[in-house]
Amino acid sequence: MSRVRPVVTLALTLAVVAWLAPAATPADPIKIAYIDPLSGPFAATGENGLNQFKYAADAINKAGGVLGRQLEIVPLDNKVSPQESLIQLKKVIGDGIPFVFQGNSSGVAHAISDAVQKHNERNAGNRVLYLNYSAVDPALTNEKCHYWHFRFDAHADMKMAALTDVIAANKAIKKMYVIGQDYSFGKAVAEAAVSMLGKKRPDIQIVGNELHPIGKVKDFSPYVQKIVAAGADAVITGNWGADMIGLAKAANDGGLKVPFYTYYAASDGVTAAIGAAGIDRIRLVHESHPGNPNAPKALGDYITGYRKLHPQNDVNQPRIHTGLNMLAQAIKKAGSTDVDRVAQALEGMEYSNLSGDQVIMRREDHQLQMPIYISVHTNKNIKYDLDASGFGLSLESKVDRDKATQPSTCKMQRPS
Amino acid sequence: MTQLVVFSVLNGLVFGLLLFMLSSGLTLIFGMMGVLNFAHASFYMLGAYFAYTLGLRLGFWPALLLAPLLVGLLGALVERHGLRRVHRFGHVAELIFTFGVAILIEEIVQLVWGRPAKSYEVPAALDFPLFHLFGSAFPAYKAFMLVVAVAIFLFIAAILTRTRAGLIIQASLTHPSMVAMLGHNVPRVFMIVFGIGCGLAAVAGVIAGPVLGTFPGMAQVLGSVVFVVVVVGGLGSLSGAFVASLLIGLVQTFAVALNISVGNVLMAVGVPATASAALHDVWKVTIAQVAPIMPYLLLVLVLMVRPSGLFGTRET
Repeated sequence: MSRVRPVVTLALTLAVVAWLAPAATPADPIKIAYIDPLSGPFAATGENGLNQFKYAADAINKAGGVLGRQLEIVPLDNKVSPQESLIQLKKVIGDGIPFVFQGNSSGVAHAISDAVQKHNERNAGNRVLYLNYSAVDPALTNEKCHYWHFRFDAHADMKMAALTDVIAANKAIKKMYVIGQDYSFGKAVAEAAVSMLGKKRPDIQIVGNELHPIGKVKDFSPYVQKIVAAGADAVITGNWGADMIGLAKAANDGGLKVPFYTYYAASDGVTAAIGAAGIDRIRLVHESHPGNPNAPKALGDYITGYRKLHPQNDVNQPRIHTGLNMLAQAIKKAGSTDVDRVAQALEGMEYSNLSGDQVIMRREDHQLQMPIYISVHTNKNIKYDLDASGFGLSLESKVDRDKATQPSTCKMQRPS
Repeated sequence: MTQLVVFSVLNGLVFGLLLFMLSSGLTLIFGMMGVLNFAHASFYMLGAYFAYTLGLRLGFWPALLLAPLLVGLLGALVERHGLRRVHRFGHVAELIFTFGVAILIEEIVQLVWGRPAKSYEVPAALDFPLFHLFGSAFPAYKAFMLVVAVAIFLFIAAILTRTRAGLIIQASLTHPSMVAMLGHNVPRVFMIVFGIGCGLAAVAGVIAGPVLGTFPGMAQVLGSVVFVVVVVGGLGSLSGAFVASLLIGLVQTFAVALNISVGNVLMAVGVPATASAALHDVWKVTIAQVAPIMPYLLLVLVLMVRPSGLFGTRET
């Protein structure tokens, strides 16, 4: 017995060493913070975003990582609250994480953007880079722009320009109703809709311009009744998450059959909630090929792989893939994770995304320049459905990069 | 305009009665045991999720019956093995306990069912517009919600006022020690009331799930309004809860429907328009924008003017 023991101990020790060995990589992982809602009414949106980040990071890691190091996504819950986000940002800075991705809610984006700008001015040696993959208030790359913010999604005005082109072509629309969440993004959508429609189709009457509190409305039926009462022919909304599900459900129940022009009426339960009632009626403006019909091969493979891991979730934000890969490329180009050099590398960078589009990070305002797609909710010829519902988005029109571009008022201050 | 008024009344009634289903159990528990049950809306959420899962196997109707029974049983167990032990440490301990249960349930729901919303749909038998009026449809399912809520109200009211069990419950509300002296098992009455209260919340969940969405945040969305109903209606008063629910339902719906701003209202009561830039933003806010905070405004008003609530008999 006493002779067996040392042997067993040795074998166990060796086994443990063998098990530990591959984990002890020569370099630490490159940490990338993800600050978005992981609890509360918008948790589904934040969780799906996180999964897409992890999936995109895994692909990069499998291909050898960046500078021989692995990417590690560090999720931090902000409950879509600006205050919580600032607390999480302090944590990020304290832990020495150089890169922060955030996307849900422009209200949060403004808070983080301001805090990052102030922090970077005062702490030249310990800067952070704010990578915005989804908050589309135009102000972030216009009057509020700064050097440490980069946006990988088309902003609300770029999208509204494309959307209003489609609306202008539909002569049946005479009365438009605009409804949105009461915060910077919802207001930006409403303003852009009113001003752009006023130019393109002055004959369209805006019969309602409504803002409701974000994430607080329990029942959207009263709003739907108001839309019906106003006699609207069509609705524009920037609603997302639970607010989009609620609006879609109430519209279905209330028998509101007019077309909806939306920013986010797909995935995370929205497509399933709209169901058959939305066929050929709900349109969506977004930054990527919707996957139907004839998805570009890279996009198709990416969606298939993701759905295998998360059968209930969709790749609804291919810009996450774009953002993370552009960051990886910038780190490679900079040769380090030094924030100043990575930011420099990102400026003006070109990248070919999953849709096969050549996108470019504009130097003057750090707004990614990209084509814009408009798709319709349907169940015909859907290869890649959403919410595993049989319904999905089908491409209707595409606005090329040069046409989708919008001027910026940004006067970029570069660190000397 | 007529269309807006008619449908606002209908929608207000539907939402109000939904609130009533949720708050009827809470007001009984609150009034009787003095327990501010923070987990009440969580039982509502459990009702929706149980019904969703059961519905996949058995269909909507059996789920409508089974889910509340299961949740009621769970509620009774929570009272028997959790709340009762905490009871002797006073109200603060109870408050913290129910708060913990609420968080626990939300996390468990996320673990079991995941974070995305579930596609819990209206049963096919009720998925048609009941009638069309002025170009809007009124779904049959909403009429069903109305009927269920009114039935529940009549049922509880009958039990409370017409049966022996109701007598004991009412007596326990006001004179718990006297009832115990008379040989009734007051802790058991508490357990049963807690169980029934949770079951009622679950009924509300089963019914509201397809309309308001079934997702892990659904408890949080309704949780706070329910307390407003209970306080405005008066502690332990069923009719109070009924009236307060309808009041809040209608106030909220009409606030959305109205297109007037704070400035209009102030002007109407004789406050002159101000040119001050600081107040300009407040002036422009429409009633519709502040609709969701109306219930809380009502709460503050009631606490100031009539602290016992509309129908309550004792101070909050």
